[in-house]
Amino acid sequence: MGQGELLFLLAGLKWTVALSAIGFIGGGLAGLGVALLRTSGVPLLERITASYIALFQGTPLLMQLFVVYYGLALLGLRLDAWVAVAIGFTLHASAYLGEIWRGSIEAVPRGQTEAAKALSLSYVSRMKDVILPQAIRISLPATIGFLVQLIKGTSLAAIVGFTELTRAGNIVSNQIFQPLTVFALVGALYFLMCWPLSIYGAHLERRFAVSSR
Amino acid sequence: MTSHTDIDATATGEAMIAMSRVEKWYGAFKALTDINLAVRKGERIVLCGPSGSGKSTLIRCINHLESYQKGEIRVGGTLLGNNARTIDAVRREVGMVFQHFNLFPHMTVLQNCMLAPMRSLGASKAEAEASARSLLGRVKIVEQADKYPAQLSGGQQQRVAIARALCMRPKVMLFDEPTSALDPEMVKEVLDTMIGLAEEGMTMICVTHEMGFARKVADRVIFMSEGEIVEEAPPAAFFTAPRQERTRKFLGEILHAH
Ligand SMILES: Nc1ncnc2c1ncn2[C@@H]1O[C@H](COP(=O)(O)OP(=O)(O)O)[C@@H](O)[C@H]1O
Ligand SMILES: [Mg+2]
Repeated sequence: MGQGELLFLLAGLKWTVALSAIGFIGGGLAGLGVALLRTSGVPLLERITASYIALFQGTPLLMQLFVVYYGLALLGLRLDAWVAVAIGFTLHASAYLGEIWRGSIEAVPRGQTEAAKALSLSYVSRMKDVILPQAIRISLPATIGFLVQLIKGTSLAAIVGFTELTRAGNIVSNQIFQPLTVFALVGALYFLMCWPLSIYGAHLERRFAVSSR
Repeated sequence: MTSHTDIDATATGEAMIAMSRVEKWYGAFKALTDINLAVRKGERIVLCGPSGSGKSTLIRCINHLESYQKGEIRVGGTLLGNNARTIDAVRREVGMVFQHFNLFPHMTVLQNCMLAPMRSLGASKAEAEASARSLLGRVKIVEQADKYPAQLSGGQQQRVAIARALCMRPKVMLFDEPTSALDPEMVKEVLDTMIGLAEEGMTMICVTHEMGFARKVADRVIFMSEGEIVEEAPPAAFFTAPRQERTRKFLGEILHAH
């Protein structure tokens, strides 16, 4: 495998990282909104967000990407593969992160909200200063676990013609006929991204278990 | 509705808190029945009664941690309605101390005390800190200002919770069994703090079964049972000559337990 092929793989890696980052940041922002609406105490908003979460958790990511990419095209909205995939991952991640964070918000003891209310703190301050800092701590292991899934899930973007790491590996392997070498390298690159995160998540989980005893 | 205005006339005026004909349901369960209670400025009320009799519910209605369905509650003249404006106005005037302290675990003692004055009263950081340190000094815990709640004993945490509430300069303080979750040796330090507050003229409603505290500071002891106010009297009369059978039974039980 020559330098050209290696650079091609690294370019794919760059897109994988970029896609993961976009999914995570876009999904994180939208997911925070989903989690807040899901715990708002307003029945209509809670029902809508519950359905949203159920929809995206109950259908394959691949199908969601198809719908955004081809479905919107059918409706006359031609999106760049890049934009379509970014939207798809953001929607997908927002549902999962929204559900993880809903659980964490609800895991913060009720007395915290009551004390904050009794101190006449506004909803924004209650969330920003009191509840979310505690909820984020509780959610960290699960959030990192999801990030690992998301990184691996970006390989599905290959289906809509997006040249990220997996597709780059495919292309190179077809050119140089050394699938074993190529995919070993591709696998190693995924592993190097995900493994430290998994370790870190497990570490946080242990620390949280100790501190909540 | 004719006598409605009469109640208002007697209840307002000097009254800090005026509850008239308050009823509260949790779904189909009626937790409060026809609660009428006027608390004058500077008055100290002890609220007692068996578990589940509605004591917490009553005081939690006063700062709208629970909504009520019938009657009215006025705090310092503000009619507590079901809208953010009056709820917020009332909560600024009313401090609350909980059985389980409910300190914010991710903030230091000092930060716990500074948050609400900065967010709700618009105090500057320097003002909030000065006021927090002075009130932490008053509950004799200022040297722990930079610790986290988990590093303190229960009694210390509860005194911080009292200081945190006082930082809002409330006109009324509500206490919901503030010593029930404490180890026995820590009860006194919290009660002493509350006695100090009472001596300074704070208007207080205390849900507690500490009858020594009631004898010492209460102007009136109120006994609740099954969501109703059954009896109220000054402590001397309440403990020596309870009029109602339910009160006698309750007093017999708790005085035996101690
Ligand atoms: N959130 C709630 N939902 C339903 N019932 C409740 C709720 N809170 C309290 N109750 C019921 O209301 C009654 C009074 O409760 P509470 O005010 O906590 O009593 P106390 O403080 O005197 O022990 C009890 O029967 C209790 O089970
Ligand atoms: Mg109670």
